[in-house]
Amino acid sequence: MSATAPTSRSARSGPVEPVGPPDGSAATAAAAAVEVRGVSRRFASRSGDVVALSDVDLTVRAGEFVSLIGPSGCGKSTLLRLIADLDRPTGGELTVFGRPPHVARQNHDFGIAFQQAGLLPWRSVRANVELPLELHGTGRAARRARAAELLGLVGLADFADHRPDQLSGGMQQRVAIARALAESPSLLLMDEPFGALDEMTREHVQTELLRLRAESGAAVVFVTHSIPEAVYLSDRVVVMSARPGRVREIVPVALGSAGDRTEELREDDQFFDRVRAVREALHGTDPADGTARGVDQR
Amino acid sequence: MRRQVLTGTAGVISLVALWEGYKLLAPDDGVVVAGMTVLPRANDVAMPHLWDMAARAAAPVTSAPGADPLWLAVGQAAAFTLGVAAVGWVIGVTVGLLTATLMQRFRTAESALLPWVVLSQTVPLIALAPLVRRWGSQLEIGAFAWQDWMSVAVIASYLAFFPVSVGALRGLSSPDAVHVDLLRSYGVGWWRTYSTLRLPAAVPHLLPAVRLAAANAVVGAVVAEVSIGLRGGIGRMIVEFGASASADPAKQWSPIAGAVVVGLVAAGVCVLLSRALDRYRVSEVS
Repeated sequence: MSATAPTSRSARSGPVEPVGPPDGSAATAAAAAVEVRGVSRRFASRSGDVVALSDVDLTVRAGEFVSLIGPSGCGKSTLLRLIADLDRPTGGELTVFGRPPHVARQNHDFGIAFQQAGLLPWRSVRANVELPLELHGTGRAARRARAAELLGLVGLADFADHRPDQLSGGMQQRVAIARALAESPSLLLMDEPFGALDEMTREHVQTELLRLRAESGAAVVFVTHSIPEAVYLSDRVVVMSARPGRVREIVPVALGSAGDRTEELREDDQFFDRVRAVREALHGTDPADGTARGVDQR
Repeated sequence: MRRQVLTGTAGVISLVALWEGYKLLAPDDGVVVAGMTVLPRANDVAMPHLWDMAARAAAPVTSAPGADPLWLAVGQAAAFTLGVAAVGWVIGVTVGLLTATLMQRFRTAESALLPWVVLSQTVPLIALAPLVRRWGSQLEIGAFAWQDWMSVAVIASYLAFFPVSVGALRGLSSPDAVHVDLLRSYGVGWWRTYSTLRLPAAVPHLLPAVRLAAANAVVGAVVAEVSIGLRGGIGRMIVEFGASASADPAKQWSPIAGAVVVGLVAAGVCVLLSRALDRYRVSEVS
């Protein structure tokens, strides 16, 4: 636990506004949200080493939405786990707001969501959202207020006392996002959070995520298999290649700020243009047919 | 609920019908084929009528004046055994949980302890009982002196801890990787992960283990009473009354019924415990 931990904890102990700069300190405001320098990760296996990531460089600016996309085994989830300090790199260096990942983790600098909602089945929806606050010593009343606020934000205010297994997959995932936002993190790490949802639910939660992100101003690192999803959500799309996992190309999306993106964007020519660009970067060559409508690399 | 009551009653009635039906139809000396008894004797000494047992339970224990009715003596003995078994159960569940926690926490502890845990259950109870008693009797700390009932409780706990330690180990290791990762991302230590994640997640594995432990504790207490020679319990009473079975065949069935009641009470307590922990029994969500 670093020396800054007590201050950041006390700063979060009240009902925190979802809008606002991270922590407010000058040191963190200047630093990029995520800084990845020459990172590699090898896994030892019986048939020799497997290189999951090789010499990856990436910078995610504060408040920026960056998607990682690539074929299975390209190490995009591994990269996310390294940022979250759920795994350690075998080479290179990572920082999160200018600090090593394990310090960032102890400081609760980021929220995280996985493909599985990962709600604790014996806790009510409200208690699940309160979990990180409870573990970090937030008072009962403040916890309740924050959970109510967040559940309102994801449109589940009426389900606070339900059990997770009474909710649909999409609703569970929204609860998981509310939980990830509980401590108003300035960085959100998401590992294919909508991967298990049906297409309609998926588009709905994507739009919801854009709105939440516009309100919170948090940086997001988002792992996905879906090109349209990456384009619709991101400021930049990081295209990765497999064996060994490398960054092949970074495609700027520039379709306006998160708050300006609406469902209509999905029908927009610019949108298809970016989808095509990401697709070409993924496949390395220009695909035979020019249309990229409904492409989903899963 | 109503259905359960009906099936329960039907079960008891069919048992009564089986007993009395066999007694009615089978020859008094059983069925003997080539010198071997293949079906038990059905005479009044071996298989008294159920109503004789009931009548005997209502009569005094002995012919001595002022003797308690048999059912009361059996009730007291059953309560005594239940108390000893309960102490054994509590110790067993505690020790089982602790060993499981240790094994979950340290890999080396698992590989070091688990074989011994399994091996411990192969030691016959009859061999163990006199040993425990002898070791216990050498214990004397200040005003505290080892009592024989404590030896019985220790043996009951010895049988009870095994299912708990194995079940709890599985339960404590059962949380999904995503939950463990989540708690890790919160930067909380082992203890908070244990109390907020592992222990609640272990409940569905623990409840059947705890039920098994209760049954084991009762059996352990009854058998240990006999082999240690502890007075006052139901196990000893079964043996004592069994010795006079030829003169008073219906008498020994009262403590046997008492032992069944002890087992039922223990099982009932476990059902109540399951009810109390109901919210932890939900299946995992994705």
